[in-house]
Amino acid sequence: MTDQTQSVDLSKMAEDKSREEKSAGDERVRKVPTWKRLLHRPEFGAISGALLVFVFFFITAGDSGMFASDGIINWTTVSAQLGLIAISACLLMIAGEFDLSIGSMIGFAGMMMTIPAVYWGWPIWGAILFAFAGAMLIGFLNGYIVVKTGLPSFIVSLAFLFMLRGLTIALSILFTNRTIVGGIDKYADGDWLAAVFGGVIGKSLFTWFANIGLISSYDDGTPVVEGIPMVIVWCVFLAVVASWVLLRTKYGNWIFATGGDDKAARNVGVPVDKVKISLFMFTAFTATVYAACQVFEFGSASADRGVLKEFEAIIAVVIGGALLTGGYGSVIGACFGALIFGVVQMGIFFTGIDSDWFRVFLGAMLLIAVLFNNYIRKKVTEARH
Amino acid sequence: MSEFIIELKKVSRYFGSVIAIKDIDMKVKLGEVHCLLGDNGAGKSTLIKTLAGVHAPSDGEYLFEGKPVVFESPVEALDSGIATVYQDLALVPLMSVTRNFFMGREITKGRGIFKRFDIETANQIAQKGMAEMGINVRDPSQAIGTMSGGERQCLAIARAIHFGAKVLILDEPTAALGVKQSANVLKVVAKAKARGLAVILITHNVHHAYPIADRFTLLNRGQSLGSFMKSEVSREDVLEMMAGGQELDELTAELEEFSRLDATA
Repeated sequence: MTDQTQSVDLSKMAEDKSREEKSAGDERVRKVPTWKRLLHRPEFGAISGALLVFVFFFITAGDSGMFASDGIINWTTVSAQLGLIAISACLLMIAGEFDLSIGSMIGFAGMMMTIPAVYWGWPIWGAILFAFAGAMLIGFLNGYIVVKTGLPSFIVSLAFLFMLRGLTIALSILFTNRTIVGGIDKYADGDWLAAVFGGVIGKSLFTWFANIGLISSYDDGTPVVEGIPMVIVWCVFLAVVASWVLLRTKYGNWIFATGGDDKAARNVGVPVDKVKISLFMFTAFTATVYAACQVFEFGSASADRGVLKEFEAIIAVVIGGALLTGGYGSVIGACFGALIFGVVQMGIFFTGIDSDWFRVFLGAMLLIAVLFNNYIRKKVTEARH
Repeated sequence: MSEFIIELKKVSRYFGSVIAIKDIDMKVKLGEVHCLLGDNGAGKSTLIKTLAGVHAPSDGEYLFEGKPVVFESPVEALDSGIATVYQDLALVPLMSVTRNFFMGREITKGRGIFKRFDIETANQIAQKGMAEMGINVRDPSQAIGTMSGGERQCLAIARAIHFGAKVLILDEPTAALGVKQSANVLKVVAKAKARGLAVILITHNVHHAYPIADRFTLLNRGQSLGSFMKSEVSREDVLEMMAGGQELDELTAELEEFSRLDATA
C-alpha cells in the first residue's frame, strides 16, 4: 500500500514538473516570430540569395538584354542543366552520400548514346535507352560498392570520376578515332525519344507572343525565343517529383532517416542499402538526362562534357541548405542554388565583368552557405532543457 | 495461456569460454514492472539481448506466452510483441517527431504512384501517442533534436507501444537523465504498465527502480540472486544485495536526498 502511494506521488510529482515544462515551452513558442521559423527552413538561404542576385543584376545589367526574353531563356537553361544534377545530388546528400562521378557520367552517357547511333546504325531511341541502362548500371555498381564495403562514397565515386572520364576518351578513340562525335542530329530528326530531350515546347505560343509584340522577333518574323528548351521542362518536372517523393512519401522518410543516422534507421527496419543504391542510380539517371539534352541540342557528344559539374552540383546543393553530413536538405533549395549559379554566371557575362570573378563569387557563396547551414543545424538540434 | 508472458528457466549464455549468464530464472507478467538490477558486468545486457532475440540461449528454456520459443532475430521477437528500447533510442535528431515516430513503418494513403506518407494522420497519431504518455507535443513537425533526453526516451517508448508491444524492454532509460526527466520517464513506465504491458526495466539505480517496480530480479556476476516481489524486500535489502553492503555509506547521502524529494512531492 505504501508502495502504491509512493508511485502515485512520483507520477504526481512528474506531472507537476511536466506542467512547469509545458508552460515554459509555451512561452518560448509564442516568442518565435514567423520570420525566424522561415529562417529555419533549409531552402531559406538559397531563395533569399536568389532574390539578392536578381536585385543586383536588375540594377547593374537591367538594360543589357539579360532580362529580355532570349536573355531569360539563356540563364534559365544554364540553371536548369545544373538543376537537373543538383536535384539528384541533393537527394543523395540528404541520404548521407556523395557522387563525384556525375560529371564524368555526363560525358560517358553522351558517348553511350552517340556512338551506337552514328557508328553502329542503332535507332536513336535504342541508343538513348542503352545509355540510360548503362549509366544506371554503373550507378548501381557505384552504390553497391559503397554500401557493401562501407568505404566513404567520396573515395569510391572519386575512383569512378577518373575511370569514367578515362573510359569516355579511350572508348571514343577506340571506336571512332576521335573525341568529339558529331552528326547525330541528322538521325535524330523525327525520332520520338530524341524529341523528349532536344528541341523546345510551346512553339506556337511563342510565335503568338512574337506576333502580339510581347517578345521580339528576327526580321523574317521568327521569334528570338522559339520555345522552352526541354532541359528546363525536365528540370522543373524532376524537381516537383523529387521534392514530392522526399517530403511526402515513405521512401522520402527513409532518405532522411538513412542520412540522419543510418544505424538508427536500420534498427527500425529502413532498407538503408537499397535507399542508397537507388539514389546512386538516380544520379546516374539525371546525368544521362543532362547528357541527352546536350547531345540533341548540339548534335554531338564530346569526351570532355560535364567536367567539374559534380562540384557545381554539390555547391548548388549546399547553397540550397543541405548538410554535407546528411539528414537535412531541400530539393527546392538545391534548384534555387542552381538558379543562383546560372544567373550569376550569365549575369557576369552580361555586365561585362571579367568572368574570373565568377569563381571568386562561387567560392565565397559556398563558404557563406556552409557557415549559415552549420548555424541552422545547431539551432535545429539544440537540446532544450 | 500461462500466467506469465515471459518465463526463463535456467537460461545460460556462453561466449566461448566466458559464462555471461548462468542458470537465470525469471518470470515476467503483463501489467507488471519487472526491474532487472545489477552492477556493471553483472550480465544485464546479455540477459536483455537474450530476451530481445539478439542472442539465443546456450542452455535452458525461453517460454513466451507459455510456449517454448527460439527467436532467430530481434525482428522475430519484435513481431511477437517484444520491443526493446536501447540506450541509443534509434531516433534521428534532425527528423521531426512524426517522422521519427513512423520511421520504417510509415502509414500511407493513395494508390499506385500516388501512394504517399499520410503525414496529417501520422501527426495526429504521434501527438496522441505522446499525449497518452503525458507529453504535450505542440508541433509534431519540430525536429526531435530540440527535445530533451527524457522526452526522446518517452517518444521511443510511445512508439514501441503504438506499434503493438506487449513486452517493453527498457535499457537504462534514466541513465543519462536528470532527476526531473527521470521522473518523467518513470511516469511513462507507469502508464505503460497501466495499459497492461509488461515492462522490463534495466537499471542500476535502485532509487529509480524501487518506487515503480512490482518485482525485482537481481543479477551479480552472471548469476541471479533471485526474484522478489516488492512486498518481500525493502529498498535497503535490494541495495545491500546489489552493492554487497560495501558501498552503502556512500549511497546513504543519495538516499536521504531521495526521501526528502519523496516527502516534498
